[in-house]
Amino acid sequence: MSDEPNRGLQSPLRRKLLMGAAALPLVSILPRPSFGAGPATATVNTTGLAVTDTEVTVGILHSATGTMAISETGSIQAEKLAIEQINAAGGVLGRKIKFIQEDGASDWPTFAEKAKKLLVNDKVAAIMGCWTSASRKAVLPVMEQYNGMLYYPTFYEGLEQSKNVIYTGQEATQQILAGLNWIAKEKGAKSFFFIGSDYIWPRTSNKIARKHVENVLKGKVVGEEYYALGSTQFNSVINKIKLTKPDVIFTDVVGGSNVAFYKQLKAAGVDLSKQALLTISVTEDEIDGIGGENIAGAYACMKYFQSLDNANNKTFVPAFKKLWGEKTVIGDVTQAAYLGPWLWKLTVEKAGSFDIDKIAAASAGVEFKDAPEGYVRIHQNHHLWSKTRVGRAKLDGQFELIFETADLIEPDPFPKGYQ
Amino acid sequence: MIINSRFFNRSELIGFVALALVLLVILPLSLDVFRLNLVAKYLTYAFVAIGLVLCWGYGGILSLGQGVFFGLGGYCMAMFLKLEASSVENTKIQSTPGIPDFMDWNQITALPLFWQPFHSLTFTVLAIILVPGLFALIIGTAMFKRRVGGTYFAIITQAVAAILTILIVGQQGYTGGINGMTDLRTLKGWDIRPDHAKIVLYFFEVFLLFGCIFIAQFIRLTKLGRILVAMREQEDRVRFSGYSVANFKIFAFCMAAIFAAIGGAMFALNVGFMSPSFVGIVPSIEMVIYTAVGGRMSIFGAVWGALLVNFAKTGLSESFPQLWLFGLGALFIAVVLAFPNGLSGIWADYVQPRIDRLLASRKSKSGAWADNSVADGAPAE
Repeated sequence: MSDEPNRGLQSPLRRKLLMGAAALPLVSILPRPSFGAGPATATVNTTGLAVTDTEVTVGILHSATGTMAISETGSIQAEKLAIEQINAAGGVLGRKIKFIQEDGASDWPTFAEKAKKLLVNDKVAAIMGCWTSASRKAVLPVMEQYNGMLYYPTFYEGLEQSKNVIYTGQEATQQILAGLNWIAKEKGAKSFFFIGSDYIWPRTSNKIARKHVENVLKGKVVGEEYYALGSTQFNSVINKIKLTKPDVIFTDVVGGSNVAFYKQLKAAGVDLSKQALLTISVTEDEIDGIGGENIAGAYACMKYFQSLDNANNKTFVPAFKKLWGEKTVIGDVTQAAYLGPWLWKLTVEKAGSFDIDKIAAASAGVEFKDAPEGYVRIHQNHHLWSKTRVGRAKLDGQFELIFETADLIEPDPFPKGYQ
Repeated sequence: MIINSRFFNRSELIGFVALALVLLVILPLSLDVFRLNLVAKYLTYAFVAIGLVLCWGYGGILSLGQGVFFGLGGYCMAMFLKLEASSVENTKIQSTPGIPDFMDWNQITALPLFWQPFHSLTFTVLAIILVPGLFALIIGTAMFKRRVGGTYFAIITQAVAAILTILIVGQQGYTGGINGMTDLRTLKGWDIRPDHAKIVLYFFEVFLLFGCIFIAQFIRLTKLGRILVAMREQEDRVRFSGYSVANFKIFAFCMAAIFAAIGGAMFALNVGFMSPSFVGIVPSIEMVIYTAVGGRMSIFGAVWGALLVNFAKTGLSESFPQLWLFGLGALFIAVVLAFPNGLSGIWADYVQPRIDRLLASRKSKSGAWADNSVADGAPAE
């Protein structure tokens, strides 16, 4: 795919003037005098990235405004926390991380434009960013053309793999299959009703789920319905659910639609403590809007819950709350976003270089033992090995861990037999 | 009938030279390729804004759905580029190689019939003009023949914009849905992504833009332009004078649609991307804002408006990623409150008189500029 790496970086026309304006949002973190002891810049940066003897610049590219801001703010916070912690621990190859934050404004072409600006103008060494599949699809050609490195945090539909992206969230099979197996075994579920928002991620996820239900679990999908993004009318589908009486409602409704969906479900008298519902799209962040009382009893299939009981998470959650306030909640994607800067740091140190090609090559096998979700490792296909977990929503908006896979699940973005 | 003996009067000539100087000399020399490509993106909206000057400023037809035509033009171009980027070679990873990637994700296994002609560049170029043109003709005929106008027309165009967005998002197997069509690469084998291609595309676009400016100016100066203005001011009188008001309105609306479509096609080429986020209500209103900021009576003002607002958008969002929308909002309010005639109003009220005085003092005896007041006076409200 990336047959023309670096062309943009060789452009002879450069204007420094506008970079002055671009430098305004730089937030300098904790001035520490000890930076600058790392290896010489000439050896760790052979492609003209924004690396000096004391500093290295990365980009943060999420929606700070628009409809996606509510979801992406957590990712921005997590990435800033990780950068702060890395700097406090001595930085990357003896260099302090500076970041330039850009706003994708919930608008996919803006994402592409800003990614290009970060790579071409600012020459950032890596970009932590994107959230929706649409924004990633918009940014991907830019990353490949200008040979950048993107750390992408969201669980997504798979069917993608790039030298220039590290996917720190789960691809679809990682998220779905173990959860379906669990609910089939635990609840003896045979019939499933799929409800999703109408775009690529729910469609692909449900396609995989359907194949798994029909071919592996030998169950039946009794209904599959899609609603436009932002839709708030779910009464007709709720009636169908009451008629077909599925063992499990399987949902991948996203964003604000969730609020309407769960409230209407409750109003229609569907009791989630009796009717099993498995969602792959509701994290602690969404429950903040839905309200714990509307969703308590539902199962969510994720790789991380804020309530996880392990040593890493017990230091991560307080650190996050200390920086961003006691009331903030941490969802699955926020945790995955936190992994981005750390995995990049570990990869740079393994490669001994900031060069994109060397990082891309060194990524496979990089381990992060302090991840809040527990140990993770980067696969050769640039996705993460991680566990799948099922949690049950509680009244207070947190999840209670019900099940987790014994082993790390291998990422498989192009699953055979599921396409 | 008064037709100006010259194509541009003096103040328009200054505007033309200034614009040409900035677009062809100053910006290319002072900006790097990345920023120049951004300017190319801004200028695609200038096409729409020029169309709006004709249809709204002169014809008095406020369309809040220009994104529809921008989108139709853009999608036609994007379909051609996407097909070229989806060669069997490039897409061998898919279950059905040789079709666009989003079709493969949506379990479509053969290229839909209406996509087939977009293998041809000639067809695509014709479609960019004709599809939006015909669509505008249908809407225009349906509305203006029944004497639907003013606010009702604006609301209907908004509805059309909303419908088209829903259609594109809903039919994602055929249109790419909310993701849009991404990863456009080559035009007849010519890579549109590297820097030198961006420069070529920029100049091509600027020349197209001047082409549109000339067409708009020509329309303005002919009898047609006079009728449009007359229609805006006193529709009934024009009708009683024996003119078919509806036909003139349809014509202005179709021209605006075609200009918008050309802008959309250039957008797809320059940005390498097309998505429903340029089709809906919000972008359509933004396009009206560019025209309002530039001054809705001024063809050159429209171009400046599109440039200024977009520069402000980019600059503010880079400097204040959290707060930039407020800054942009304040800018709009300030312009509307303080300068209701936009940039061209500022020019006409503050700059032009000084230049006139300066020149008049030099050539005080010639008195050759008397006709200007007539020409400039036409747009006054």
